[in-house]
Amino acid sequence: MSITKYRTLKDVPKEEFLVAGTPLCAGCGALLVIRLFHKALGGNVVWVNAAGCVTLMATFPYTPLRSSWFYTAMPSAPAGAQGIRDALDILIKKGKLDPAENLKVVVITGDGAASDIGLQSASGAIHRGLDFFYLCVDNEAYGNTGFQASSLSPIGSGTATTKPTHLYPAGNVLPKKDLFEIWRSHRPPYVATISPSHVVDMLRKVEKALSFKGPKLFLALCPCPTGWGIEPSESVQLARLAVETGIWPLKEAVYGEVTHTHIPSKRRPVEDYLKVQRRFAHLFKPIKNEAVIAEIQKQVDEYWSKVER
Amino acid sequence: MSEKSDKNGEGDHMVLKMLTGSQAVAWAARLARAEYIPAYPITPQTEIIEILSEWVRKGEMEAIFVQMESEHSLLTAAGTAAATGARVFTATSSQGLLYGFEMLYSIAGWRAPLVLVNVARALAAPITLEPDHNDVLAARDSGFLQFHAESVQEALDFVLLAYRVAEDNRVLLPAIVNIDGFHLSFTRERVDLPEQSTVDEFLPEYKPVNPIRASEPVAKGIPVLIPPLYSFFKYQMHMASRNALNVFREAAKDFEKMFFRSYATVEEYMLDDADTVIVMSNSFAAVGKQAVNAMREEGRKVGLLRIRLFRPFPTDDIVKSLRGKKCVVVVDQNISIGKGGITCPEIAEALYHLEDRPKVILPVIAGLGGKSISLEEFRHAVRVAERLASLKAGPDGPLLLFREDEAMLVDSLLKIASGG
Ligand SMILES: Cc1ncc(C[n+]2csc(CCOP(=O)(O)OP(=O)(O)O)c2C)c(N)n1
Ligand code: SF4
Ligand SMILES: [Mg+2]
Repeated sequence: MSITKYRTLKDVPKEEFLVAGTPLCAGCGALLVIRLFHKALGGNVVWVNAAGCVTLMATFPYTPLRSSWFYTAMPSAPAGAQGIRDALDILIKKGKLDPAENLKVVVITGDGAASDIGLQSASGAIHRGLDFFYLCVDNEAYGNTGFQASSLSPIGSGTATTKPTHLYPAGNVLPKKDLFEIWRSHRPPYVATISPSHVVDMLRKVEKALSFKGPKLFLALCPCPTGWGIEPSESVQLARLAVETGIWPLKEAVYGEVTHTHIPSKRRPVEDYLKVQRRFAHLFKPIKNEAVIAEIQKQVDEYWSKVER
Repeated sequence: MSEKSDKNGEGDHMVLKMLTGSQAVAWAARLARAEYIPAYPITPQTEIIEILSEWVRKGEMEAIFVQMESEHSLLTAAGTAAATGARVFTATSSQGLLYGFEMLYSIAGWRAPLVLVNVARALAAPITLEPDHNDVLAARDSGFLQFHAESVQEALDFVLLAYRVAEDNRVLLPAIVNIDGFHLSFTRERVDLPEQSTVDEFLPEYKPVNPIRASEPVAKGIPVLIPPLYSFFKYQMHMASRNALNVFREAAKDFEKMFFRSYATVEEYMLDDADTVIVMSNSFAAVGKQAVNAMREEGRKVGLLRIRLFRPFPTDDIVKSLRGKKCVVVVDQNISIGKGGITCPEIAEALYHLEDRPKVILPVIAGLGGKSISLEEFRHAVRVAERLASLKAGPDGPLLLFREDEAMLVDSLLKIASGG
C-alpha cells in the first residue's frame, strides 16, 4: 500500500465543496458520496453531469457546489467532459489560458446513464484515454424518473417496471451488468468500487487515482431511501450491509490488475441485506422465495470463491 | 495549382485555387484558426474531416482533432468545448445530424457559438446519398443560425461569416453552414482563397462569455424549473437570433471591404422587372438561374430570389424583393410529409399583410433525394402559377414536380422489384 493521508475518519478533510440545500431526498446515498468524494478530489473541479437525480442539485438560480457544474444530456456526459478537457488543453497550450485556471474534469452520472444510454459515450472517452474522473452513483435503477429498472438493477429487485406479479414473482429477472468489468476491459489506469459506508477506503482510492493521467472510474453503491424503501437514516447501514454480505465488493484495478481493498472476514448472508428493503419485500412475503434468495447467495459465493482462491 | 490573383490590384489578399466544397470549408476552418474539431464520419462529409485531421497531424493547424464515437457525442463535445472557450469547427450530414439532434437544441441553449457544416443529404428511409434539405431544415427551430451556400466560394466565405456572427456578443448562437452533398461538396470550382492575415483581421480571437474556469466557478446547462424562466431564456435566444440579421449585415460590409465579395441575406437574380419570382436556396439555385435565363429568352419576365440566410429568417429583405410581384413560386427541396414544403409557409407569412402582396404563392416540391430539376419543370411551375393568377385562384396543394421519363424509369424499376 502506498503512503496515504487517510487512516481514520478523523482524516476526512474538513473543507466542504457541497453545501446544504439541495432538493434531493433525505438520506440520499448519492449526495453523501459526492460530498465525500469531492473532499478527496479537492478544489478546481468541473462536474459534467448526465440527466439523473443529481441533476436537480443545481437548479436555476442556485447551486450547492463551490465548484463548477455542467449539465449536458443523458447520453453523453463523457463526451461533454471530452470537450471541456480538450478545450482547456488547447487553450493552455496556445497560451490563451493561465494554467492556474485548469480544472479536474469529473463526470457524474447515475447507473442508467452509465450502463445503458451513455455506455457508448463512456466507452469512447475511456478508449481515447481521456484524462478525467467518472463517478457513477449507482442506486440500481432510473431514480429520477420514478425508479424503473436499469441494466444495473439487481436480479430479484422490484422496480416501477419490474413489479413482482404472479407471472414474475422475482420482480427483475435480468442480472446486473458488471460495469466494473466493462470499464476494466478498456484497461484504464484506474477503476474502483466505493461505498459511502467505507469512507477511508473511498478517500484513499480518490487519492490514488489523482496520481494517474487518463480515465479514473468509480462505481459507488448509493442507497436510495425512496426507491429501495428504507429509512433515510438507514442509507449508510445498507451500504455497509452490501459490503458485509459480499454483494458489493470493494476493489480497484490499476491498469487492469484487480485488488480487493476489503475482504469481509465472515460474509453475512445476503438475506440480511435483502429483507430490510421494500424493493425485495416480495422475496419474503407472502411466501419466502427461497429459490431466488438462494440464487442471489450462490452468485455472491461464486464471486468470492474466485477472489479467495 | 494556384495562381496569384491580380484582381483589383489586390494580389496579396487572395490566391485563386480550384477547390471542392469540402476542401473549401476545410480551408475556411483552417483560416478561421479553429482549434477544436470533434468528428465522426458520414458520406458525403468525410473529405472535410479527413483533410482537417491530416492538417492537424502534420502540425499545419494548431488544433485538437478528435474522432468521437457518434454525432451525439461529437455535438456534445463541440458544445462544451465552445462553452469552455475554444473555437470549434465540425461537420456532419443527414443521419448524423439527426443522430445528434438532441444536442443541437442544447448547444444553442448553452449559447455556445461554433460552426457546423452540414453536407446536405436526404434522410432515410429510403436511404440515399444525394441531397435535399430535410436534414438541415430539421434543425430549423433549434436556435442554430443557418447559412445556405450556392457555390464553393460561398461555402468558404459563409464559414468565416458564420464565426463572426455567431461569436458576436449580441448573438452568441451556434451556426450551420449548409452545402449540398456531391453538387457542392465534391464539385471543383475556382475559389478566391483569402490570405491568413486578412482573415485574422476580419475574425478576431473568440472571447467566451462566462467560460468554465478554476477562479470563477459556474453552473451551466442547469434546469430552470420555473416556467417563466424557461420562456425568458427562449425569448432571449430568439432576440439574439434576430440581432444576427444586423450583425450579419455589418459583418458582410467588413467582409466586402476586405475580400471584395458582397453578401446580402438574399440574392436577387433578374428581379427588377420580373412578374414571377422563383424562390430557392442552395446549389440547385444555379439550375434555377439557368431556367430563368432560358425563360427570359422566351420573353417571360421571370426572376429568382435565393435565400442565403435561413435563420434568422430575413423577412424584411424577402418582403422588399417580393412585394408587388404577380406570382411567387417557392421551390422547396424538402417535404414536410402531410403538408408540403417547409419554406413556402414562411414566405407566405412574410407577405400576407402587404397590400401589394403577390396574387399567387405556389408551393412546389422538387429535387428530393437529389432528383434533378429540368428547365421543363421550372417552366411548368411558372405556367401553373401564372395561370392561377389569371384565374384569380389559389393552389390546392403543393405541386410535386416529376417528369414523364422519370415516371417511366420508376415504373420499370417497380416491375423488376416485383419480379415482373
Ligand atoms: C435522452 C433521454 N432519455 C431519457 C431521459 C429521461 N431521464 C431523465 S433522468 C432519467 C433517469 C436516470 O437514471 P440514472 O442514470 O440511474 O440516474 P438516477 O436518477 O437514478 O440517479 C431518465 C431516464 C432523458 N433525460 N434523456
Ligand atoms: S430518489 Fe433516490 S437517488 Fe434520487 S434523490 Fe431520492 S434518494 Fe437520491
Ligand atoms: Mg440510478
